[in-house]
Formats: sequence, structure tokens, C-alpha cells
Amino acid sequence: MEKTNHVVHDHYDAEGSKIGMWFFIFTELLLFGVLFVIYSVYRYMNSDAFHLAALELDTFIGAVNTIILLVSSMTIAMSTTALQKGNKPFTLLLSGITLLLGIVFLVNKYFEWGAKFDHGIYPGSAHLTETFSQGEILFFGLYFIMTGLHALHIIIGLVLISVTMWKINSGKVHAERAALLENSGLYWHLVDIIWIFLFPLFYLIT
Amino acid sequence: MNSTSIENVANYLKYKGKYKGLLGWIFSTDHKRIGLLYLYSMATMFSVGVLLGLAMKLELLAPGKTIMDAQSYNATFTVHGVIMIFMVVVPGLPAVFGNFLLPIMIGAKDVAFPKLNLLSWWLYVAGVFLVLAALLFGPGTPDTGWTFYAPYSFKTGTNMLPAVFGAFVLGFSSILTGLNFLVTIHRLRCPGLKWSKLPLFVWTLYGTAWIQLLATPVVGITLVLIALERLFGVGIFDPAMGGDPILYQHLFWIYSHPAVYIMILPAMGAISEIIPTFSQKHIFGYKALIASTMAIAFVGYLVWGHHMFTAGMSGTAQYYFSLLTFIVAIPSAIKVFNWISTMYKGSINLQTPFYWAASFIFVFLIGGLSGLVLGALAANIYVHDTAFVVAHFHYIVFGGTGFAFFAAIHYWFPKIFGRMYDKAWANTGWIVFFIGFLTLYSPMFYLGMMGMPRRYYDYLQEFHGGNILSTIGSWVLVTGFIIIIVNLVRSARIGPKAEMNPWNGKTLEWTVPSPPPLENFDEIPELGENDGPYNY
Repeated sequence: MEKTNHVVHDHYDAEGSKIGMWFFIFTELLLFGVLFVIYSVYRYMNSDAFHLAALELDTFIGAVNTIILLVSSMTIAMSTTALQKGNKPFTLLLSGITLLLGIVFLVNKYFEWGAKFDHGIYPGSAHLTETFSQGEILFFGLYFIMTGLHALHIIIGLVLISVTMWKINSGKVHAERAALLENSGLYWHLVDIIWIFLFPLFYLIT
Repeated sequence: MNSTSIENVANYLKYKGKYKGLLGWIFSTDHKRIGLLYLYSMATMFSVGVLLGLAMKLELLAPGKTIMDAQSYNATFTVHGVIMIFMVVVPGLPAVFGNFLLPIMIGAKDVAFPKLNLLSWWLYVAGVFLVLAALLFGPGTPDTGWTFYAPYSFKTGTNMLPAVFGAFVLGFSSILTGLNFLVTIHRLRCPGLKWSKLPLFVWTLYGTAWIQLLATPVVGITLVLIALERLFGVGIFDPAMGGDPILYQHLFWIYSHPAVYIMILPAMGAISEIIPTFSQKHIFGYKALIASTMAIAFVGYLVWGHHMFTAGMSGTAQYYFSLLTFIVAIPSAIKVFNWISTMYKGSINLQTPFYWAASFIFVFLIGGLSGLVLGALAANIYVHDTAFVVAHFHYIVFGGTGFAFFAAIHYWFPKIFGRMYDKAWANTGWIVFFIGFLTLYSPMFYLGMMGMPRRYYDYLQEFHGGNILSTIGSWVLVTGFIIIIVNLVRSARIGPKAEMNPWNGKTLEWTVPSPPPLENFDEIPELGENDGPYNY
């Protein structure tokens, strides 16, 4: 992978790749930012319907998932510190826990969405369009889009962390070359922080 | 150091690496080869777009059906728009000349993330193929116009999904290029190259990269929403389910107006390189040019509403958008004054790139001033959705970005290919193209003022004269285009060998051989206190 068709670019710039990651995070924030704008507009236009629709969501599962993500953010931050201290097994353990927590989040999400589908609440369903008001349809539309896009980011984050762990294990990422883990951590924090905003907007504000 | 010098003898065109032939190009992470990959793929798409435009002009030669019916005409202008916007002018100068020149201009061996750079090109190609798939397969060619306006974009029976997804992928490619350039400019400037000494082309790439990074995701997610709307009927933009199609227009233009500055800023940067070189004089108002670049990038975000004056918006919002539109014209005007002041008392060297640059200023001026007509609330209502808009837009985007692109290719051609083109033919191509351009688009200002709407395959008898002139212009323009292309392609193969610095330029790319060696510099250059990009 490292070799291209000409000279090897043995160019390592931790600062540069971190800046690059931050720029990417700006992009991601604007991606979600649009959805937050749409949410605000429609909430303003349909405040009663959004209130009613939000009661349908299970605050308990939402809260559990929030805690899971917060803890996972902590473990990935700890694994970065562990790597800087040169403790490879502990680094792998901590990022492994992050990976596991991410998967648990997705499993919860699966059951949560599954329950909604069972009740006939999904985009374009006859039940949704016939029994709910327009504002409620929009609420659920946004709910599925925003949590869905967030779940997609969780999956991307999990892949990123897995690749990082594989590279830590094979020794390509170590204390002197920690940028990949730091960047995966940054990305994971982004995913976490977006959830921190999604949770109150959909589950808590009723 | 010795080992690098030996490796660095072969120029980038000849270098043989792990792969041979075509594979050596499409898997190369060398920024120069990637720049050329973009050049070739964009030139191909541009030619397709030109043919579609030619077909549209032919249809408008006479009222009624000439060569195609209404549905085909709708499909033609949609595909023409999607190709020209998303595949040609948005990647435009940054993807070709930015990739090729940015690292050399700042004294670096490559961009910050060479592999990401190659990925950008691959994404570009993937996006191109997705859009082409929308044309060839499925129920019908997209017919919404390049703006994909809701609700029609999810109601039409045509093949929208691949087109929308293709535009999304092209946007992703654009974001990655922008990100790469930002990090490159921040991290890889050679010693002594302070921000206050950066060539202006690099500064415009910097401003552009910020827009790419911060505006493109907005259209990305909006296009995803259109796709979801088509697939599942989520209702976000569907008035039947409480959604608001006007919101789509807002979100679309929040990207697509800044996108106009993605197109034009690097073009301005290229002109800012060419004018001082062919005036042999320090650029006038270096700092003002930088400030105006950043001002355009910033204010350009806040003017999107002027595309929607007739769509339904509060009066207050209209006033603000109109005012901001006028404000964004100021930095553009500053640039024009600076270019002209640079020529003043310079020793002007009349060469092809200078002709292109001078004609750029001419058409850009007309395009910019007609933009003010559209930015004024009352006048906008009058000419909204007429041929006037088409003329204004093509004067800015084709006359602006297109002319700057031709200026840039004629300026950097000897550096890129190591050979010189035939100057007489290049000048002939320019004058024919220029005359064709004016004949093609100028009548549209008049037609629009008289009330001819855009996007119709038919028109009233009274518009016939102007349309005939315009169609003849399209033939002249294409003749010029063919002359230019044949001359350049021929010269790249058999032209006389070019010197290292044929125009006596002062930026760093003129200090390396033509074509540049694989790693650009044997040793990373170092700028002294008195060195600068325009010190004549």
C-alpha cells in the first residue's frame, strides 16, 4: 500500500494529518448542520405535532445509548494516552472496549428502529401517512434520517477504529506515530457529540 | 542528497515506476500526473458538454421543432448543466492547475496527502460514470435542470437517482481536494515562503478550498435527501406531507452560489499570475487582491437568496440578499482595477496567454455588471428566468472560468508538457473563439430583455433574428475550440522543446525544468528576505 509507482513518500506529519482531520470534521458538522437547520424550521412550524410525536420515542433506550457513547468516548481517549505511554496491550484493550460499546449502541438502535417498524412507523408507510398529522410525519422522517445518518457514522467510526487496532497490533501505529489513533479518536468524539445533540432534540424536548 | 538527485533525473512524464503505461498514470500519486488525469477527463466531459450545447443552439435556430422535441430539449439542457457544472467548472482550475502547480509554487514535493489526492480523482471518475449511467440506462434521461428542484426531482419518472448520487460523489471528490490543498498550504510551504509571499494563485486556491470544505457538504446532504425522498418518501421537501420545497431551494443555493466562487476564484488567481508576467511588473495591490479573495469567499456564502427573489421570501430577506449581492461585487471590482493597474506602465509582452487574460477581463466585466442587474430586486423580477440570466451566467462562468482556463493552459503549457505550441495558431484560435463567444451570448442579453424565457425548445417568431445570430456564434465558437485543441494536442507531441522559463515568470514553477522532474526540486528551495513571486 505504501509503495506507489514511483518513490516512497516517507512523509509523516502528525500535525498535518490532525489538521486534515479537523477540516474533515468541519465538513461533517456542516453535513449534520443542514439537518439541524431543517429540524429547527419544521419544529418551529409544527411545534405541537413535534411534541406529540416525540412522546412515541423511548427515552430510556435513548439515555442508555447516550451513556454508552459517552463511556466509549472516554475509552478511546484513554487508549490514546495508553499508546503515548507505550502500553500496547492496554491500548488495544481500551480501543476494543470502544469498538464493543459502538456495536452495543447499534444493537440498541436496531431494536429501537425495529419496534417502530412493527408499529408501522417508517417513512412512506401507509399507517404513518394515514393516521399521523403532517408535522408528525416530518418528525419521524427527520428522526429516521438523522439517527440513520448518525448510525452510518458510527459504522464508519467502527471500521476506522478496527483498522487502527490492526495497525497498532502490527506495530505500524505506535507512540511516535500515533496520528491515526488520535484521528480515529477525534472522529469518534465527533460522532459522540452529534448524538449529544440528537438525544435531547428527539427524545427529551417534548 | 545524492540518491534523490539520481532518482529525480527522469521527468514526471517519462518516469517508469511499478506499473507501466496507463496503469502508471491511473495509480500514480504524483500530483502532476493527477493534474493531467483531471485535464484529460475534464476535457472529454467538456467536449461532450459543448456538443450538447451545440445541439441546443441548433434547436433554437428556428421556432418550433428543429431537431428535437420538448422532452429531449429538457434532457439536453439538464445533462449539459450537470456535466458543465459538476464535472468541468467546479473541479476546474484547482483540479488541473491547482494539482499540478500548487506544490511546485510553494516549493514542496507533493501535496500533503498524495493518496487522498488520487482517491479524489477516482471519486471524480466514479461520479462521472454514475451520471453517465443515468443517461444510458433506466426510464429516461433526467429532465429537471441541473438544479434538481423539488418537488419535480422526486416526482419525475426519469432516471434521477444515479444522477443525484453522481453529483453527491463528485461533491465528495471536491471536498477531499479542498481539504488536501488546505493542509498542503498550511504545512508544506518551503522555508522563507511566508503567507505574505504566497503567489496569488495559491491564495485563491486557499480561499476556494475553504468554500469547497464548508459549502459542498450542504448540497451533499440535500441531494441525499432528494434521493431518500424518491426512495422512501420521507416528506422533507414534499408539500403533500408537510415538507417545504422552498427549503430545498435555500439549501441548494447555500452551496450552489458559493460554488460560483469555487469556479471563479481560481480563475482570478490564474489571471493574477499571467498579468504581471506579461507586463513584467510587480502585481499592483498584492494585499488588496488577497483581501478581496477572502472577502469574496466569505460574503459569497451570504448571497444565495438572490437566486430566489421570485420564489417567495420575506421582503426583509430580499433586501438583505440584494444588498449583500451588491457588496460581493466590490471585491471583484477591486481585482479588475488591480489587474489593469498592473498593466499600466508595464512592458507588455503580447502573447497568447495575455490575449486570453485581457479578454477574460472584458467578458468578466460584462458578466459582472449584468449580475448587478440581476441582483437588483426590481430588475430581477423583470428578467428572471429569461435568456438574460443564461447570458449573464455564461459570461461569468464560461467567459470567466473558461477563458481563464484557456489562459492558464496557454501560460503553463510549456511547463506541463515541456514543449511550446504554435503561437500563430494559438492566437487564431483565441480570436475565433472570442468572436464566437460574443456572437453566441450577447444576443441573449437582448432576447432576455425582450422577454424570451429560458429552458424552452420553442420561442415566438419575434425572437428569431437574435437566435439565428446566437446559433451562428455557437458554430464560430466551436471552430475556435477545435483550432485550439488541435494546436495544443499536436504541440504536446511534436512542438519544439520549451525552455525552463519562456515567459520570464518569477514564481517557483519557473525555476524547475520543463517538464518538471518527478519530485519537482532536487533540494527544497529557500526564499530569502527579498525574494517574492512578483519581484521584477
